[in-house]
Amino acid sequence: MDTLAPAGFDVARIRQDFPILSQPQARGRPLVFLDSGASAQKPRAVIEAMVRCMETAYANVHRGAYRLSELATDSYEAARAATARFLNAADPREIVFTKNSTEAMNLVAHSWGRGVMKPGQAVLISELEHHANIIPWQLLRDDKGIEMRVCRVTDAGELDMEDLEAKLADGKVGLVAVAHMSNVLGTVTPVERIVALAHAHGAKVLLDGSQAAVHRRVDVQAIGCDFYCFTGHKLYGPTGIGILWARLELLDRMPPFLGGGDMISYVTFEKSEWAPAPAKFEAGTPPIVEAVGLHAAIDYVTAIGMPAIEAHERALVDHAMGALSEVPGLTLLGRAQDRGGVFAFALDAAHPHDLATLLDRAGIAVRAGRHCAEPLHARFNVEGGTTRASFGVYTTKEEIDILATALIEAREFFK
Amino acid sequence: MSGLFDDLRDLYQEVILDHGRKPRNFRRLEDATATARGDNPMCGDRIELFVKMSPDGHIADAAFQGRGCAISTASASLMTETVKGKTAEQAKELGAKFRELAMTGACPDCGAEFSEEMERLAPLSGVHEFPSRVKCATLAWHTLNAALDGTKEASSE
Repeated sequence: MDTLAPAGFDVARIRQDFPILSQPQARGRPLVFLDSGASAQKPRAVIEAMVRCMETAYANVHRGAYRLSELATDSYEAARAATARFLNAADPREIVFTKNSTEAMNLVAHSWGRGVMKPGQAVLISELEHHANIIPWQLLRDDKGIEMRVCRVTDAGELDMEDLEAKLADGKVGLVAVAHMSNVLGTVTPVERIVALAHAHGAKVLLDGSQAAVHRRVDVQAIGCDFYCFTGHKLYGPTGIGILWARLELLDRMPPFLGGGDMISYVTFEKSEWAPAPAKFEAGTPPIVEAVGLHAAIDYVTAIGMPAIEAHERALVDHAMGALSEVPGLTLLGRAQDRGGVFAFALDAAHPHDLATLLDRAGIAVRAGRHCAEPLHARFNVEGGTTRASFGVYTTKEEIDILATALIEAREFFK
Repeated sequence: MSGLFDDLRDLYQEVILDHGRKPRNFRRLEDATATARGDNPMCGDRIELFVKMSPDGHIADAAFQGRGCAISTASASLMTETVKGKTAEQAKELGAKFRELAMTGACPDCGAEFSEEMERLAPLSGVHEFPSRVKCATLAWHTLNAALDGTKEASSE
């Protein structure tokens, strides 16, 4: 099915792992799912692991002195250890389970931003950020008098590294918070360089890995960053679970985010003491079944191999660049050198929402709008939004060709 | 070209494509007596609506500017044409009936009063089969209500 696939990577076999891809669709057309960047489909291994947990090994964690609770606790903590291995974290205690990436970034904005940073300092984000990496810093700015700076993006859709360096120069930036990969442009940012520059100017680095962690191997120790987050549902896992990785010594310095059960070691009405990380940041009953699902998803992609997934997606990106360039009237947003399988584009004759309605009729699921990156769309003068196709491990070149053909027909329809 | 999208001609009738490409009354009204802004935050559609009421309480002119998909642009265009000459009350009543048409595909209680206007708006009835697109068709009418009520801002949310 995929002639240039890396050795051992069989996309046809992978597609069989995803039950939804063989479901009968309306109008009899096969599902061409090109919205994995918003949320990915789930392989049977994830679905079955979650069902198995609920059918055979479910109870609340960390509190029951009975076998089922111990089993559930073991599963939950095994998911933490698997996540630590997935990111090559030094210690599983550096993995905090959250609801999603958004909550992970809000956790950093709250606990590091409000708890450790000082008024007069600055947070440096970039123009290509998702709203989840903009709004928490605006809230912090308005609440705590911490400036929010924005690094420019070039016309090619890459971070303007000169601007980044210039905005770090006065030493006031305490935290650089940028995406590892853009959810609109597909741009993969030069994270090692960003970390080197930031650390040279005394700033910590938070990377939003929501997109990147799905598409390539992430080694937080090799990158050298201080905070990293991703979300389960884009990594073929369930919704309702994300992770924050941070160095243990940073987590130890940070005050709690949410208060409640499980995050304390000692409570009186006058005063309480916090449990050590990661429990300090996991108030209340955590996403137990979701952690089991995330563990299964990590095992699933690890078994395929992140390098093989990356190679498959590189082949798809090359193919898409060719196929989309043959669609008349199509303008691609961003042409970064290093990019992943996310393509946002404008078609001259059709508004993104009209286009998405047409493509849906052809069985093609794409996203239309501004993809939670309104300032980026303003930056590229496409306030009305774009249409976005994003790839996953199950995406084929044939699906990209179906998209390109449908775009050409859609343009005729509206002309 | 062959018909990958032929069955979408019910939604995108020629009238809609035409008004989408060449919206009527697409201008500012410098002497407007009421204006309002309409936003569809989900998709970024945005219109600015201008209404000029005559001294005897009728809509003397209506115009709009903004950006949006073919359906929202065509709906705003057709609306500015159909509300001229109506009182505020009539225009709001027509809007309520149009919203029913957009949501259900029919307006059994429309009666004789607005039969001509509803016939003009009927090409938009196809949106009822596309729940995510109903708001595109109704944004202009929400905005008209805001202008007539003096609330200045409308959202299709």
